[in-house]
Amino acid sequence: MQRIVILGGGVGGTLTANLLARKLGKRIDRGEVDITLVDALGAHVYQPGFMYIAMGGEREQRLSRPERSLLDAPVNLVVDTAIRIDEGARTIVLAGGAALPYDYLVLATGCRIVPESIEHFDTEAEHFYTAAAALHLRHALDAFTGGRIVVGIAAMPYKCPPAPLEVAFLIESELRERGLREKSEVHFCSPIGRAFTIESVSEMATPIFAEKGIELHTFFNVDAIDPERKVVLSLEGEELPYDLLVLVPPHKGQQLVIDSGLAPAPGGWLPTDRHTLRVGGRPNVFALGDATDLPLSKAGSTAHFEAPVVVEGIVAAVEGRQPAGKHATYEGRVMCFFEVGDGKGTLLRFDYEHPPTPPEPNAIWHLGKIVFNKTYFHTVPRGRV
Amino acid sequence: MTAVLETPPTVTTTVDARGSFCPGPLMELIRAIRESQVGDVIAVLSSDKGSKLDIPKWIEKAGHRLVSLTTLDGYDEIVVQKAR
Ligand SMILES: Cc1cc2nc3c(=O)[nH]c(=O)nc-3n(C[C@H](O)[C@H](O)[C@H](O)COP(=O)(O)OP(=O)(O)OC[C@H]3O[C@@H](n4cnc5c(N)ncnc54)[C@H](O)[C@@H]3O)c2cc1C
Repeated sequence: MQRIVILGGGVGGTLTANLLARKLGKRIDRGEVDITLVDALGAHVYQPGFMYIAMGGEREQRLSRPERSLLDAPVNLVVDTAIRIDEGARTIVLAGGAALPYDYLVLATGCRIVPESIEHFDTEAEHFYTAAAALHLRHALDAFTGGRIVVGIAAMPYKCPPAPLEVAFLIESELRERGLREKSEVHFCSPIGRAFTIESVSEMATPIFAEKGIELHTFFNVDAIDPERKVVLSLEGEELPYDLLVLVPPHKGQQLVIDSGLAPAPGGWLPTDRHTLRVGGRPNVFALGDATDLPLSKAGSTAHFEAPVVVEGIVAAVEGRQPAGKHATYEGRVMCFFEVGDGKGTLLRFDYEHPPTPPEPNAIWHLGKIVFNKTYFHTVPRGRV
Repeated sequence: MTAVLETPPTVTTTVDARGSFCPGPLMELIRAIRESQVGDVIAVLSSDKGSKLDIPKWIEKAGHRLVSLTTLDGYDEIVVQKAR
């Protein structure tokens, strides 16, 4: 019996489990292969919807489904938290006390936010990286009657690189619609020397900041928040006063992978081969999605395009052959919608070798994102697109 | 008359960010700067071609001192002194 254990029931883990179950169906029926997915929540959460709780009338209840309902029948689901990966014994230790043996391990544990790593973040800064925080931001925007709004990125890397830019653009549109634009300033701060990590996207976005009158502050690495003076201070020595502060919180990989010696502290990003998606040269351990250290967007679409490569790697090993076909290696493919406000959006499509060439923002790509959001649970985790 | 040769300051910390891509090396340097004392010298090794442009720009903006920038075999070594 070959045992495949997948840690994490998000985009990457769920899709990997379902694709594996289909490719290895006969072997599962014969009792030669067993697939188990472990998820701490037992629920699959569509995180891109959080932004729309803050900016588009979305509701938290619509963004979550029981994980079991998304998994193909042959996949076993264990709802528990993995607390240790024992590589010597090839077992996963669960919080409930059980130990789960594996021959192949897929790490799809995503990442976590650590707002507490910046003093006063919790009480001063709004964000939209959990459903509750997004709703809090919505209320703060509803209560806003004019003043200075600062939107920024506290640290890199973080999930969904376009998200803070989108939020700045959407807030600016909203202020115009509500007749508050004249009474308000919108500032955007980026930790690096431009608006966005990828140069071509930065070139597309920078004029939009100018058009919308959003002041762009580059090389602004948040160092501290002064709640008395209501200013955010940068490591570079600048300070920006705010009435409403919206910051992407710092992110880290899961403590589990740090504690188990698979990912270095303090970041906790898994050292992942950019083509095979194997972790630290191990033949039987794979990673995908937000958990990796790959130089790519931490996006659901990244996990979506990585999953078939992890699956091919495992299926080939089970069948005793080399990975083959179009999913033999991962070439860095990512695709993200990008909202620019006023009912318009664009699309970022790229891979390791080809930077994105975003089309002129239009209504189609905005609608594309809305349709994608509405149909997500029927498509991506089930492997239908 | 003796020529006074300025000896390069001793490197306190080396950040090996080779294999990491933009903005990885800059973020690694920023982390090292946060953890260092004024006067400490940090060497960043980066194979990302953008680093030799971006990092000196950041050093200037942040008010630190660029000690040297050397292109070596397949990577750049950027040495910075924390100045404030
Ligand atoms: C506000 C916001 C907007 C976004 N917008 C977009 C977008 O427009 N497009 C896009 O492509 N992406 C977007 N994303 C990013 C996207 O949601 C993530 O990149 C994606 O969910 C990553 O998938 P994953 O499988 O790696 O991790 P996740 O989906 O986060 O899943 C990880 C799973 O692992 C489980 N887990 C973690 N640790 C353990 C443990 N120790 N034991 C057991 N289970 C564990 C968790 O419970 C979770 O279910 C957005 C994210 C946010 C927050």
